[in-house]
Amino acid sequence: MATTVHEPPQIDPSRLPDRKHSGNGWKNIVPENGSSRVALDYSPPPTSTAIWVVLFAVTMMFAAFSSALIVRKGSSMDWQSFTLPSILYFNTFLLLVSSVTLEVARRRVATFMGGLRVGEEHPARWLYITLGLGSLFVAGQYVAWRQLNAQGLYLATNPSSSFFYLLTAVHAVHVLGGLSGLVYVISKLNKGTLKRNTLVAAARYWHFMGVLWVYLIVLLWIKL
Amino acid sequence: MHDTSVHAAQHHAPTTFIRKHVFSLDHKVIGKQYYVLALVAAFVGMFLSWLMRLHLAWTNLAIPGLQLLSSSGAPGGVITPEYYLQLMTMHGTIMVFFVLTTAPFAAFGNYFLPIQVGAEDMPFPHFNMMSFWVTFTGFLFLMASFFVGDGPTLGGWTQYAPLNAVGSVGGPGQGSGVVLWAISIALFCVGQLLGALNFITTTLDLRVKGMSLMRLPLSAWGWFITSCVGLTAFAVLMPACILVILDHVAGTSFFVPSGLVMNDQVLPHSGGSTLLWQHLFWFFGHPEVYIAIIPGMGIVSHILITNMRKPMLSQRVLIYSFGALAILSYMVYGHHMFVSGMNPYSSLAFSFPTLVITIPSTIIVLIWTFSLYGSKLRINSASLFSLGFISMFVSGGVSGFFLAQPSIDIMLHATYFVVGHFHMVMGVAAMFGIFAGTYFWFPKMAGRMMDETLGKVHFWLSFVGTYCIFMPFHYLGMAGNVRRYSTFVDDFLQPLIPVHRFITVAALITGAAQLVFLYNLIHSRFAGAPAPDNPWEATSLEWSTATPPPFDNFGGKHPVVYHDPFQYGVKSSVGDYVMQTSPEQVATEHDEK
Repeated sequence: MATTVHEPPQIDPSRLPDRKHSGNGWKNIVPENGSSRVALDYSPPPTSTAIWVVLFAVTMMFAAFSSALIVRKGSSMDWQSFTLPSILYFNTFLLLVSSVTLEVARRRVATFMGGLRVGEEHPARWLYITLGLGSLFVAGQYVAWRQLNAQGLYLATNPSSSFFYLLTAVHAVHVLGGLSGLVYVISKLNKGTLKRNTLVAAARYWHFMGVLWVYLIVLLWIKL
Repeated sequence: MHDTSVHAAQHHAPTTFIRKHVFSLDHKVIGKQYYVLALVAAFVGMFLSWLMRLHLAWTNLAIPGLQLLSSSGAPGGVITPEYYLQLMTMHGTIMVFFVLTTAPFAAFGNYFLPIQVGAEDMPFPHFNMMSFWVTFTGFLFLMASFFVGDGPTLGGWTQYAPLNAVGSVGGPGQGSGVVLWAISIALFCVGQLLGALNFITTTLDLRVKGMSLMRLPLSAWGWFITSCVGLTAFAVLMPACILVILDHVAGTSFFVPSGLVMNDQVLPHSGGSTLLWQHLFWFFGHPEVYIAIIPGMGIVSHILITNMRKPMLSQRVLIYSFGALAILSYMVYGHHMFVSGMNPYSSLAFSFPTLVITIPSTIIVLIWTFSLYGSKLRINSASLFSLGFISMFVSGGVSGFFLAQPSIDIMLHATYFVVGHFHMVMGVAAMFGIFAGTYFWFPKMAGRMMDETLGKVHFWLSFVGTYCIFMPFHYLGMAGNVRRYSTFVDDFLQPLIPVHRFITVAALITGAAQLVFLYNLIHSRFAGAPAPDNPWEATSLEWSTATPPPFDNFGGKHPVVYHDPFQYGVKSSVGDYVMQTSPEQVATEHDEK
């Protein structure tokens, strides 16, 4: 695993500028003792930052869809409510459990990679379980769509069904992205080249998918 | 800070032509690819504006060969009203997305942000490569609409509902043209989101030792803030495009209201909200103005400081003002909707922040102006275009004060006054920023100098020309000249046709001046004088490395930063400046006093 260099830069004090009259962005800002405050800052590696950036973008995207739903429902008289397929609640359970199993996996991977326990089982098993639960969730969403189809509710039947299919499908696509991330993590783990940040980023994304789904099902339950 | 060798991109110099020049992971190559894309798009967009201007000045003029582009849109070379709108839509879309967003942000930012922070590359080079190719594919989709079905969409670059969702019954291009437009823009959004991901992580995580955020050059700050704005804005526009596509291909009713009759047909949709589109679009659309202009502000600040040979009055206040623009840009979008029938209190709620946003804008302009005061500015093509940027931004911005008032905006909204306003403050100003950046950084990118004489000719023709084009727009607007009309046949508009003819001639000349720039660019690329590593005696990191930079930017070294980005007006061993990477202790002007 790669290591991160956190020590501050060693700047030769004799090469530092005179600070007696500095300030206001016009002069040099390296401090007198050579241990720049900024240089002491800890910056997380890009993967950790990137996952927050991704989650922010996904949040904005679903905020746009949500506001569209609220505005569309509020401005029309053709909205037909329907009962959500009950399998959605089971799917919710699956996704939440998958977050738990991923957390277990993450801790076991840390233990395994750190060599803290000799004879520890290979932690990929819990990742496979998470992968299976996530796949079941997507399959369950498909079943929910089929159940709605059986009731005669299609994408264009009514704005309520339009939003249901749209939100669940876009979320499912993002979950598939998370599943791809888990496959990537498992392959790296099996090769022994997994970086901690990769696993942490994948886990954050996966947990976010769970939180996002809880938000969506509450929104759909209230609004549809 | 990090040892960037740990986190920077782990890829090696390519050896094949395809990997080196086409599907390259190198941020510098990707930056050049974005630049070329923007250049092509700019000339396409300019050509479309020429066609529009010719038609506005001489309505029945037959433009030779135009019927080859669209036999139905321009039979015998004469532009139909519908085709005029199609050209207008494509001009706006191409310019706003594929030029004003692509060149100052994606092109220059890709090339120089990693170097300015001292990194070897972006942290996610594969995403970076994908960002360009997705954007390029979006451009192809947009161009394809010229040749598919009944041509491109005629709904304007804002694509207002319900026209954007009714299908071909709405007119030429409202079927496949809109779908291609929406796919193109959705792809563009994906590309810019991937770009923003790399820009943000590069800025936050890949800075070298000693490079604090406040030590970033102002151009880097411009790109960083823009990437934050883009992350929010494009993430909202993309869902809006998805909804439009679904209304077209899946029969949903997001935007088309009930009982809408168009061309004697009752449309099958029901209950859609036309205002929903405006909210989603302008939540992106107004920040987009700042996505186009903030990189230019950063670039112009950087160039002016280098040529003034002294820092701005306050770099910190400039940065805070850029940030204030970014935040406020999300609070003012409703001022584009004053005529939508919104509640008057809502109008006031959007009018107030619109006026407030003039405060950071004014602070920025005042800092530029008072910093210029008393400086011995080096006059070159880059500094001239930077001054031109300020001029355009101020001239176009002043009319924004008027448009911020709902009562005045309602009168002027559908007139050429608004067209003149946004072309100057957002379009031409950003273009001048692109030109300034090109003249400034071309030596580093190409290893050769551009011709200064041609550059100055280009500037003066462009500067005078754009004023001749867009200032009369304000007069036309105040005279009641409505926009989006393809011909002016009403009595009260007839006397304005000579003004339109003057504008058209100015547009043709100004457009031709861009050919001088194109010649200069291409000729200098192959036959320009060899550029030294630091021709402008500049201080930021890109000037401390070889010209053009090696694959890993710094030849295997990791620079250490000791100074603020703009240490000019000092006495150092190399002259009146000290580079960021120089450990030399310098005496400042203040010390001497």
